[in-house]
Amino acid sequence: MTAPEPTASQSGTSALLDVDNLVKRFPVKTAQGPGELLAVNRVSFQIYPGETVGLVGESGCGKSTLVRLLTRTLAITDGRILFDGEDLGQVDPAKMPRHPKRAKLQMVFQDAQDSLNPRFTAYDAIAEPLRLLGLKTAEPSIRAQVADIAQLTGLPVELLQRFPHQLSGGQKARVGIARAAILRPLLLVLDEPTAALDVSVQVVILQLLADLRRSLGMSLLFVSHDLNVVRLLCDRILVMYLGQIVESGPAREVFANPRHPYTRALIASSPSSGRNPAQYLLPGEPQSPIRMRGADVAERCGFHGRCPQGQALCTEQAPALLPLPGQADRSVACHFAQTLLNF
Amino acid sequence: MALLEVDNLSLEFRTRGGTVQALEDVSLAIDRGETVGLVGESGSGKSVLSYAMLGLSDAAARITQGRARFDGVDLLNADERTLADLRGREVSMIFQNPRAALNPIRKIGHQIEDVLERHTTTLRKNREAAAIACLAQMQIPDPQRRYHAYPFELSGGLCQRVMIALALACSPKLLIADEPTTGLDVTTQAAIMTLIMEKARSLRMATLLITHDLGLARAYCNRIVVMHAGHVVESAPTELLFTQAHHPYTRQLIGATPIGRTRLDDLIAVPGGLPDLRRADLPSCRFSQRCDRMQAHCDQPLPRRIDGDHLVRCHYPIDPALA
Repeated sequence: MTAPEPTASQSGTSALLDVDNLVKRFPVKTAQGPGELLAVNRVSFQIYPGETVGLVGESGCGKSTLVRLLTRTLAITDGRILFDGEDLGQVDPAKMPRHPKRAKLQMVFQDAQDSLNPRFTAYDAIAEPLRLLGLKTAEPSIRAQVADIAQLTGLPVELLQRFPHQLSGGQKARVGIARAAILRPLLLVLDEPTAALDVSVQVVILQLLADLRRSLGMSLLFVSHDLNVVRLLCDRILVMYLGQIVESGPAREVFANPRHPYTRALIASSPSSGRNPAQYLLPGEPQSPIRMRGADVAERCGFHGRCPQGQALCTEQAPALLPLPGQADRSVACHFAQTLLNF
Repeated sequence: MALLEVDNLSLEFRTRGGTVQALEDVSLAIDRGETVGLVGESGSGKSVLSYAMLGLSDAAARITQGRARFDGVDLLNADERTLADLRGREVSMIFQNPRAALNPIRKIGHQIEDVLERHTTTLRKNREAAAIACLAQMQIPDPQRRYHAYPFELSGGLCQRVMIALALACSPKLLIADEPTTGLDVTTQAAIMTLIMEKARSLRMATLLITHDLGLARAYCNRIVVMHAGHVVESAPTELLFTQAHHPYTRQLIGATPIGRTRLDDLIAVPGGLPDLRRADLPSCRFSQRCDRMQAHCDQPLPRRIDGDHLVRCHYPIDPALA
C-alpha cells in the first residue's frame, strides 16, 4: 500500500473558498414571542482549487441556505466567506450581480425547468452571463463562445434555437451547466443537478461534469441528498445536520468508516449499501432549529434525541468538529467519535 | 390462481396531439404475500398500468384489449360500485406525493375514520380509538395529538405514514405503492419501507412496488418486472434479474445505476430517448431504435421467451441459451 497523496491543505496551496464560522439566523414569530430560526450554525470548511466537495444532508439541515449564502443571494448574519482572496460575505446580495468576482463563482440549479427563462432560447440563456458580465460582448465573439461551451457540454448547435419546453430533461440540464460554465468560473456550485433526471440521463450529466472540471480546471461544490451520486464524483464530503457540519473527510474514507452516528444512519439507509437499515434506524423527529430570540443558546448536541449513542454529556456540551487523532483531514463532531464500534 | 392477474392489456389515450399507445400487451401476475417491483423510467407506463387496474384511469383512456382480474373479480368490466367496494378494503394504493393525496382541509384522524366507516363495521363510538391505533401502528409519534393535525402541519415523511395508515386500515390483500418514497430523505425512506414490509409480512399482504429506483426494488422485492415505453420487457426473481438480465434495456438500466463501489467511468449511459408513443408506425420492439443489438428480424412481433421464472420479450436476448 503506497502512502496517500498529500491533500491540498497539506501541500500548502491556499484555499479557493474559505468559510469561517458562518451563521444565518432568520427571525420568526412563535407562539411564545419573537424567535429565530438558526439555519446555519457556525459552519467552517475550505475548498481547494481543482477539488470536488460533496455536501450531503437531509431536508431541513440547512444546505440550501448554506448554498444561498455562498453564492451570495442571501445576506449572512455572521462569519466570513473568503473567495479567491476576497471577503465576499460582506458584499450585499443586491450588489453581487455586478461584483468582479461574480463571474468566478457560478451556480447550477436543481430543476433546469424552473431555472431557465421560458422565453429565452437555449442560445440566449447561455449567452446571458456573457452579456451581463463578460469582457468581450460583440455578437461574433458571443456566438463563438456559446458555440464553444455548447460543444464542451454536448449540446448540438441545432438545439440552441429551441426554447426550454422543446428540450428534454437532459438537454435542459446541459443548458444549465453551459450557462454556468461559460464564464470559466473557478468554483461551480451545483444544487442537486440530477435529482429530477432519470438514471440513464443522470449518468451522462455526471460524466459531463467530470469531463468539464478536468478540461476547465474548476472546483465543484456538489450538494445532494443522493449518497451514491456523491460517492462517484466527490473527493471530499461534508455531512450536515441541523445547520452544522457533523462529519467531513475524503469521500472514500467517510463512506467506508463513518464516525458520526448520523452519517452511519445515512449510509446504512441507502438501499444499495448492503446494510440492514433496521440497525441504524433513527427514532423520533429532529430537534427544532427555532429558538427564542435572546434565549440562552442551549449548548447540547443537535443530534441528541435521535442518536442511538446519546448520553448525559450530549445534553450538556455541544461537540466541536474536531480532527480524528492522526488524521488532519478527517473531522467529526461527536463526543464519542473515537469510541464507536467499527461500522 | 394468482391474486392479481393482468393479461395482454393494451391501453391508449385519445389526445388532441394524437392517440398515445400508453400500454401494449402487458401481462403481470402477483401472488398472495409476494412483493413485486415494477420498475421503469418516466414514460414507461407503470403508473398508467396501476390506475387502469383500479379503474382510476383518466377519462381519455381506452382499454383496447386484455383482462385484469383480482381475486376472481373482473376489474375492467366491474361497475363503479364493485370497484369502490374493492378499493381501500381489498386493494389499496399509496401515491407519490403524500401531501397531494391527503385532503388538506380535513384532520388526518377524520380521514382515517372515513376509511373505517366506508369499509368496516367499526362502531362510530369506537372509530376515534381505532384511528389513533392505526396512527400508532405506523409509528407516528404522539398519535393522540396527531389525530387532530392537518396535513400541512406534518413533514413529508409523516404524511406518507398517514397515507400508509389509510391504505392499511382495512388490512387489504394487495397494496399498490406508487413511488412511495420519492422525494423523501433516505433515512425516512428506510423507515417507511421497513414499515411496509413488516405489515406485508404480518398481514400476508401482496405488494406491488412501483419505482424508478432499481436499488430500492432490489432491496425490497422478491420479483421484478421491467417496463419500457408501455411494454413489459423482462421479469424475473430479483437476484436473477440483477445477475443474469437478458434484455438489453435491463442490462443498460442496471449499468446506469450507481451502487456500491462503481466508479463514474464504469456507468453506462443508455443512448437515445423514448420513442414518441403517438406515432402510427411504432416498431414492434420499442427499444429497437436505441438498441446496439438490433437485427433485421427485430421488426417481427415480440416473442415471449420463458425459462422457469424468467421472462424476456426480445428477439435477440443476451444469453446464448435463449437466443
